Amino acid sequence: MNYLIRKGWRPIAVLLLLFILWEIIVKITKVPDWLLPAPTMIINEIISGWTSFYPDLVSTAKIAVEGFLVGTTVGLVVAVSLHLVPWIRDSVYPLLILSQNVPIIVLAPLLVIWFGFGLLPKIIVITLTCFFPITVAALDGFKQVPYAHKHYMLMAGAGKSQMFWKLEWPYALPSVFSGLKISATYSVMGAVISEWLGAEKGIGVYMTLASSSFRTDKVFVAILSIMVLSLLFFAVIVAAEKYFIRWQSKGGTME
Amino acid sequence: MSHLLVDHIVKNFGPNEVLSDLSFSIEKEEFVTIIGPSGSGKSTIFNLIGGIMTPEKGVIQLEGNNIIGKRGSISFMPQTPSLLPWRTVLQNVLLGAELQGKKDRDKAIEMLHKAGLTDYVHARPEELSGGMKQRVAFIRALLSPQSLICLDEPFSALDELTRLEMQKWLLSIWEDYRRTVLFVTHSIEEALFLSDRIIVISAKPTRVAAEFKVPFKRPRDESLFLDDKFLKWKRTVTYSLKNVGSEKDGDANRRTYPFRSI
Ligand SMILES: Nc1ncnc2c1ncn2[C@@H]1O[C@H](COP(=O)(O)OP(=O)(O)O)[C@@H](O)[C@H]1O
Ligand SMILES: [Mg+2]
Repeated sequence: MNYLIRKGWRPIAVLLLLFILWEIIVKITKVPDWLLPAPTMIINEIISGWTSFYPDLVSTAKIAVEGFLVGTTVGLVVAVSLHLVPWIRDSVYPLLILSQNVPIIVLAPLLVIWFGFGLLPKIIVITLTCFFPITVAALDGFKQVPYAHKHYMLMAGAGKSQMFWKLEWPYALPSVFSGLKISATYSVMGAVISEWLGAEKGIGVYMTLASSSFRTDKVFVAILSIMVLSLLFFAVIVAAEKYFIRWQSKGGTME
Repeated sequence: MSHLLVDHIVKNFGPNEVLSDLSFSIEKEEFVTIIGPSGSGKSTIFNLIGGIMTPEKGVIQLEGNNIIGKRGSISFMPQTPSLLPWRTVLQNVLLGAELQGKKDRDKAIEMLHKAGLTDYVHARPEELSGGMKQRVAFIRALLSPQSLICLDEPFSALDELTRLEMQKWLLSIWEDYRRTVLFVTHSIEEALFLSDRIIVISAKPTRVAAEFKVPFKRPRDESLFLDDKFLKWKRTVTYSLKNVGSEKDGDANRRTYPFRSI
């Protein structure tokens, strides 16, 4: 916690300064509220609209977590099968990269046509946005296992599964966590996009309603909440990383 | 029956002829050192015995059983310690045994005590010095259940002083826990100080160029390095190693010098 305060005060100070500047400019130039609301107005909206906004926030957080879990599982399964079965790697990896070039926005309507408006297309959207960083990071981690370590394990008679569980998986874990950090933040974005496909609740729905009724202050509340959620997810992954990977604390390759 | 028998081994990497008709054997609880020019195929010999490569021709037997292509029949200590950074020292020394499914935690702790690593049993490898890491790697090899230990230039990355310490340490541990050892080194002094027998191999294509039985009594200590007899032996081995680079015809050069210094 001390560490956080020591490291965190600078960006917080900059942010505060920015808000003050923003407030002053809005007050002086008298920009209309629907164009750019002042920070105080946004804060007011957060406080007064909290009870009606809260269910949206929870709904998005929930679906983001679900999507993230599915996406992580898919990402890891893909990475491990690509790593363990060379012919799958050669034939599927290029396709995976290609799949990342299809914009989710374009894919979303298709998913609705195929799977309706339920939970499934939403989970698919989030999975598509978050599995790839995990797959790439894990594959990278597997590849970085030093030859000397593998050589020792082979000479000592390690089988394929021992090689994986005792060497490759633990060695790749820090990389996997780098991927998880990226995916965790992506999952919130993915959740919001998935809600645009049609949902009853969620930040995505709230945002659409707000912008179509020119409630710009509410749009900012939505943006802010997305940022806070992403940060929260990120923090959870960092905490998990600290718990699971204590051995690299001195290595300096992590932050 | 020899503990390890390597008979008429041929190994090529494509057009690169590395081992040509290599033969030697090791007796039970013998400490044998292979010494030869860099690139002559010393590590390749280990890879063949360890079963991660297969020879074009020849026989490799451990206690009479064919071990060509069979991994896990020997215990190994590499040049770099290759300790797993997420494991503690204790978990690391147990790795070799764990891969074979037979861990003995109490024995591991006892050996770490004997090795002077009492304070580091639960430390991670990053906290150890180079010499300590190699001790851990050697204990890992000793705790592995296989009967033959192969060491591939284990001390060559250490500085001179640490290396001498490690050689003395290795001898004392080995005298307590006698095992059959096949050791590879660049250093003639190291070979003479440690081994019962030295096998000199030629440059590529590699075969055995000379064999020496080392006559010094055990237990040995570092005063041996200054012994006249030791220096004479050093000259002899140096001379035989100098010759191997150029000569091509095999058996004519293969000489054995049993219990005789020149
Ligand atoms: N995996 C391999 N593939 C191709 N060539 C190899 C391989 N391993 C070793 N060699 C070749 O075999 C020769 C001997 O190598 P090595 O056994 O490492 O020598 P040493 O350990 O005596 O220094 C070298 O010429 C090297 O290029
Ligand atoms: Mg070598």
